[in-house]
Amino acid sequence: MDTEPRYTRLAAAPFMRADASGLKLDVRGGKVREIFQRRELLQLLVRRDLQARYRDSFLGFLWTVIRPIILFLMYYVVLGKFLRAADGVPDFAVYLFAGLTLYGFFNEMVVSATGSILANSGLVKKIYLPREIFPLASIGGAGFMFLVQCVVLLAAAVLFHALPGDLTQMLWFFPSVALILVYGLALGLLLSAVNVYLRDVQYLLDVVVMLAMWASPIVYTWGMVKRAFDSFHLPSWVFEIYQNNPITLGVLGFHRAFWGGGTTADYPSELGLRILIAFLIGVVLVFIAHRVFTRLQGNFAQEM
Amino acid sequence: MVVSTVPGPVVVRVEDVTKTFQVRKDNTLKDRIVHLGKLGREHRERFTAVNGVSLEIQAGTTVGLLGANGSGKSTLLKLIGGIVAPTSGAIFNRGRMAALLELGAGFHPDLSGRENVYLNAAILGLSREQVDEQFDAIHEFSGIGDFIDTQVKFYSSGMFVRLAFAVAIHTDPDVLLVDEVLAVGDEAFQRKCMERIAQFRAEGRTIILVSHSASQVQELCDRAVVLKDGQVVFDGDVNRGIAALRDVLEGRRLGELHERGAEQLVEVTAITLHDDQGTEISEVQVGDPLTVRIHARAHQAMSRWAAGFSIDTALGQMTIASNTERLGITLPSIEAGETHVDFRIEKVYLGAGQYYINANVSEVIDINSHVLMQGRMFTVRADTATLGSVAAEISAGV
Repeated sequence: MDTEPRYTRLAAAPFMRADASGLKLDVRGGKVREIFQRRELLQLLVRRDLQARYRDSFLGFLWTVIRPIILFLMYYVVLGKFLRAADGVPDFAVYLFAGLTLYGFFNEMVVSATGSILANSGLVKKIYLPREIFPLASIGGAGFMFLVQCVVLLAAAVLFHALPGDLTQMLWFFPSVALILVYGLALGLLLSAVNVYLRDVQYLLDVVVMLAMWASPIVYTWGMVKRAFDSFHLPSWVFEIYQNNPITLGVLGFHRAFWGGGTTADYPSELGLRILIAFLIGVVLVFIAHRVFTRLQGNFAQEM
Repeated sequence: MVVSTVPGPVVVRVEDVTKTFQVRKDNTLKDRIVHLGKLGREHRERFTAVNGVSLEIQAGTTVGLLGANGSGKSTLLKLIGGIVAPTSGAIFNRGRMAALLELGAGFHPDLSGRENVYLNAAILGLSREQVDEQFDAIHEFSGIGDFIDTQVKFYSSGMFVRLAFAVAIHTDPDVLLVDEVLAVGDEAFQRKCMERIAQFRAEGRTIILVSHSASQVQELCDRAVVLKDGQVVFDGDVNRGIAALRDVLEGRRLGELHERGAEQLVEVTAITLHDDQGTEISEVQVGDPLTVRIHARAHQAMSRWAAGFSIDTALGQMTIASNTERLGITLPSIEAGETHVDFRIEKVYLGAGQYYINANVSEVIDINSHVLMQGRMFTVRADTATLGSVAAEISAGV
């Protein structure tokens, strides 16, 4: 075989530079482009995680929906009926399930992305790949399960006639999912890298995601919180912090998409603008998280 | 096989790269908080694995990285492969790079062989269509037959490695990094690997190889880089590189004299080679005569003494040796001072390559003798009719 064509091609190729601040490709687009070029691998890694997760189990992919449904029944019966949270909330079942579905997505994204670098240590230590691909693959897997659950949610909403009367309201789905996705990505990238150095992160995270769930209007309504804050005469900025937390905003938007029972009194004013601002902040956070990730990844191979 | 005569473009450039590791003794949040600040620094140890290394590697060369355990060769390979980032300095590389640091890295035990082939090939940079095209060749090469649709966790270790290697070599890398993976598998499999790597060489691919096997490096590489404590101590010709490696391993320098023991009455000072005209030479043609002259210094007058020599290959394997006793020669008595003894080889029947000469002298052969290891290196020139370390005239017919 003649070696000339190979040499000519190599001589024309740009150099990839690696130094203390990480790897850089001397072409436009850098990391995003590199990951885009490996999208087939990303797809395969997502499939691998999903296939391996339920392999050898009898119910297989059904588990994707069984778990959230049981969780839902638990909250519905205990909180909705015993503790009477359902009173005054029409179609509480759909309200609850919508919130749980979106929050489950966020939870799954962050938790699985955090463990992703460690879970793939065999690859990280032995082969060069853009490491961002591992948290991204976890997020992809979480996204797939989320979509399956969304189908169940949609079926439930149709069954209970709970969908908003004006179906264009369902477009709220996109901004709220985008918002949750951006924050899940930022946190997932950051924590996956930090977790390599400090394994406490994954245990700490378990606690934090549990708290975060109760800090957003999933099993109760936004209106209940507003009334509680009012009755305690707390300064209004405390409530602003609560309602502008991106998970709260995302869940509220998601309710608008699937839960027709709400009135304008059930949502803060300017929800769309709030989501937009939170989204833009989230995009900045993704950039920052990626900077940190790039700095930390240089020593991944030794720290595992 | 058309091997380009023009040197290929540089594919890997390592510029003054240093890599230090921080070895920490604590790894939990509690430990870190407890050891924060001044105390924490005592809990860290710095370890320099690679120290100020600069290299340039041209396309089409096969480079062997040699060195003792812990000399930083694997770290250097990981640095080149982008698996770890340098502490200072920079690494530039281009072309498609495949790292064979471990066969089957990234195989998922719960997936079938087929699924793993697709996944592993994607990890090594192949697109789906390329794998589709190559799949039969991979399956064929691995020789695992119907097991391809079985979960990988049920494979024997041999099947696992064969499949992993089959995938790795069917990717189309410009630069291949190999770390000791050739040391696995049975002999037939190793042979298969070596053949494939030789083929890669002929195709103008660049191979950077870490190996402990000097013979493997000699067979495959055309350049050797010897590392010691993270620094390059030798960079160049393979045979000399292997000799340099042996020096590093045995902790001595080329041609260095052994300490003279108290009772040693006579010692070797140098070895020289001569042709029949008496001129000093360092190259010899196969079939020509060669005189090995051992220069010795006696510390007192000796009524009897003996001398011997041996010729080693670059790998340190002895090809031929003799001494005055075996030859039935009694050396005449000598006064204190310099002297020399000549061994004449009528016809040198060594294969083409580089050789080292060792010499020893003593009062009684093999007892308390003084040895000069690798006192001289020489090259044997030969036509290319044969390979190996001996020469012979061969004809073929039916």
